[in-house]
Amino acid sequence: MALLEIRNLSVEFATHSGKFRAVDGVDVTVDEGELLAIVGESGSGKSVSMLALMGLLPWTATVTADKLEFDGHDLRKISARARRRIIGKDISMIFQEPISSLNPAFTIGWQIKESLRKHTNMSRSQRQDRAVELMRQVGIPAPEKRLQAYPHQLSGGMSQRAMIAMALANKPKLLIADEPTTALDVTIQAQILELLTDLQKNSGMALVLITHDMGVVAETVQRVQVQYAGQRVELQEVDGLFENPHHPYTAALLAALPERATEKRLPTIPGVVPGQFDRPQGCLFSPRCSFADARCIAERPTPAGHDLGYALCHYPLIDGQPTGKENAA
Amino acid sequence: MTDAASQPARPAVPPSRLKEFWSSFRENRGAVIGLFVFLAFLVVAAFAPILAPYSPTEQYRDALLVPPFWQDGGSTRFLLGTDAVGRDLLSRLIYGARFSFFIGVIVVTLATTLGVLLGVIAGFAPTWLDTLIMRLMDIVLSFPSLLLALVMVAILGPSLLNAMIAISIVLQPHFVRLTRAAVLAERSKDYVTAARVAGGRPLRIMFRTVLPNCLAPIIVQAALSFSTAVLDTAALGFLGMGAQPPTPEWGTMLAESREFILSAWWVVTFPGLCILVTVLAINLMGDGLRDALDPKLKRS
Amino acid sequence: MSEPILTAKNLKRHYEVKGGFMKPNAIVRALDGASFSLTPGKTLAVVGESGSGKSTLARVVTMIESPTEGELTIGGRQIGPNGAAGDRDLRAMVQIVFQDPYGSLNPRQTIGQTLMEPLLLNRPDVSAQEREKRAREMLTMVGLRPEHFDRYPHMFSGGQRQRVAVARALMLEPKILVLDEPVSALDLSIQSQVLNLLMDLQERMDLAYLFISHDLSVVRHIADEVLVLYLGQPVEIGPKEVLFEEPRHPYTKALLSATPVADPLMRKERIKLTGELPSPMNKPDGCSFNPRCWRKLDICTSVEPELQGQGHCFACHNPVPEDETAAA
Repeated sequence: MALLEIRNLSVEFATHSGKFRAVDGVDVTVDEGELLAIVGESGSGKSVSMLALMGLLPWTATVTADKLEFDGHDLRKISARARRRIIGKDISMIFQEPISSLNPAFTIGWQIKESLRKHTNMSRSQRQDRAVELMRQVGIPAPEKRLQAYPHQLSGGMSQRAMIAMALANKPKLLIADEPTTALDVTIQAQILELLTDLQKNSGMALVLITHDMGVVAETVQRVQVQYAGQRVELQEVDGLFENPHHPYTAALLAALPERATEKRLPTIPGVVPGQFDRPQGCLFSPRCSFADARCIAERPTPAGHDLGYALCHYPLIDGQPTGKENAA
Repeated sequence: MTDAASQPARPAVPPSRLKEFWSSFRENRGAVIGLFVFLAFLVVAAFAPILAPYSPTEQYRDALLVPPFWQDGGSTRFLLGTDAVGRDLLSRLIYGARFSFFIGVIVVTLATTLGVLLGVIAGFAPTWLDTLIMRLMDIVLSFPSLLLALVMVAILGPSLLNAMIAISIVLQPHFVRLTRAAVLAERSKDYVTAARVAGGRPLRIMFRTVLPNCLAPIIVQAALSFSTAVLDTAALGFLGMGAQPPTPEWGTMLAESREFILSAWWVVTFPGLCILVTVLAINLMGDGLRDALDPKLKRS
Repeated sequence: MSEPILTAKNLKRHYEVKGGFMKPNAIVRALDGASFSLTPGKTLAVVGESGSGKSTLARVVTMIESPTEGELTIGGRQIGPNGAAGDRDLRAMVQIVFQDPYGSLNPRQTIGQTLMEPLLLNRPDVSAQEREKRAREMLTMVGLRPEHFDRYPHMFSGGQRQRVAVARALMLEPKILVLDEPVSALDLSIQSQVLNLLMDLQERMDLAYLFISHDLSVVRHIADEVLVLYLGQPVEIGPKEVLFEEPRHPYTKALLSATPVADPLMRKERIKLTGELPSPMNKPDGCSFNPRCWRKLDICTSVEPELQGQGHCFACHNPVPEDETAAA
């Protein structure tokens, strides 16, 4: 059974100049102990959909979903109090900027123990032991000493480890990592990614990795969900995705990677991600798609089947060639 | 460009700055009310000679301390009654608006100009000059503002002009601090470095590149200072250190009529009410301005 | 190969940091002895982690800051202690493009004003009409539309702003363009557009690029030569192909192996670097990389290695053997 199941999630923000749909009918399924990546550029709604799940969006946001189920609980119906009992215990999240996600006024140890105090009934000494154990688990040297440190005394990589320790405090069933390594240097990024995947393998926790970095995706995850302009455009196993992308956006994105380029000039995706004021009527990718035709501009596509990576496209690609055009004509 | 007309239709563009500002200002109902009251106050001040039924200084000896028209003994000849020497209260209040507005504009202009100038200099200056300016401002700020203004007026001699100068000096440290903070925040941004690489001289960078980007908090502070200026001038007038009788300045009017507070309530109440409404309107408007201009406080 | 347009010899930039009450002032060696040269039409990429002195190098080369020590020669002229102050021709030779397209454009200036400003300040003999004409031409050249001329930066996306920043840098027809992480704030699909633009412009205008980046896959694509910085010191410099295929310095090798490759079939063994970048305020004795190095010898903790070699230089007592590098 799926640990997390989201069907047709939409998030709308009320802004001064009208409604803005940041997430548009997204489905997410995460099985127990699974490692899923959500990939997309800025504005793809990858962070917003997870924040909506956590109930962390500002009041201007309206969240709607056909199904929002975690571990048997329907998150749409439960009270704020019951939700708080799940969030932070069974679902945890870490963010891009480790320095600003830790409260600068308290020590690392206090912050970890506070989270333990809220969700467990451990005694003070048990909490201390657990905190030391957690710090050791995330590879922080001299944990007893570091528990006394304030966030500004730690480097970026150490802060991110401390954040992970906090997130793991209550042995969550699901950890959402929102661009956990974007702010870090490559050598530190490698350390943190390895830590996260090891934790996922060894503790049986499910991990959702939100990122924009295709390299990180290729090296770490099993299943990839590609999002564009608030929609899920493709969902595939990682090997298949890189070898045979079915959505033109995925294909174009992969082609634009400098390391996959075959000549000096890089293939590009013309135009920009649609914003609040220029959302196309049909397929959202149609203005930038090299395969788009009249149908793409007029009609919203529906997801293809499992074999075609659920590609949200009228003519999903197979080996780089669009299919199904002849039927439409 | 000649071929500009042949360009394809421009795509949808986000709303312009002004439009966005107005739409977020409009959300704050108090601010809009404040704005309208302030505009009404402006119109009254501008057209005082037309609107006022009488001269503000003409004394009608046959009508001393006449109450407003709705009270017994009142008549529609003097709508809001007269004061102890028979001057029409309504006319005096209308002309008083002129003074208050004039005071506000002069004081805010003086304080802003001086404060912004010093603030920009402090923001760009070497450490010693910065420290010198800021410590001087701290000294000014360490006195209760009205008391300092009072002392200065006492030295300069009581008159409306001196009161305005004193209040400007008391108000300008706020502008210095605000401007310096904004300048320091902007100065480290890349576009300033880019202007330097492009060969901009220090003065140009200070006033053409950086200053326009620091204006939002300064405008808000100026709006709020306007009400402080009106209030402080009234207070100085009330203490006899501001505008001198028979100037129809609201604070001075209050002071003159102090003794009638029990016998003729209208002489005291109406100037006080005018001060209250004006200051409130300006503060409401200033709050709205801050919400609309300061992105840090803006609701998303 | 043409003559270098810029040569730097042993360039250093130190900052003094106030030690606070009763503490001596500390010296931060942000850039500690970099030597390199730039050639028209070629790209030198500078690679390193945060704190490696990349951005300081950019500021020194752009003459925003003057070097504490060392020689900087641009176009055959040595740069004095005052940098380019008062020397318009010298200033026009080197221009810069910053990382953050949101902070690098003045929000109160239209795109047109932004583009015309360098001309206004440095070429007083150019008439107003001529200025506008050149700015509009430049706008077209970087792939923006003429109607963008009168718009403000907040109406543009990150990629478009970066095009404007490039256009502004080119208004004075510089010979050298310093690109300080020009694409790392951009989305992948926009990144390739900007990289293509930069390569086109280099070809058309014979520009020398100093390309600063932490993204090795971008560097591999755009660079001709690569300089690897660690704690302000160059640890390895060489032609791109050689450096990527046969890195000799352990740090370069570790950096290459830590960079994720966008190919799931190529998952590889990483060289694990333990620990983090030490503070440039108290560098370790000897080789500054020794606390994190897995090939450390005794000599590494006491003697600072010199940069040596011809064409492909590296500063290491115990470099990675050549046959081992081929496997990377």
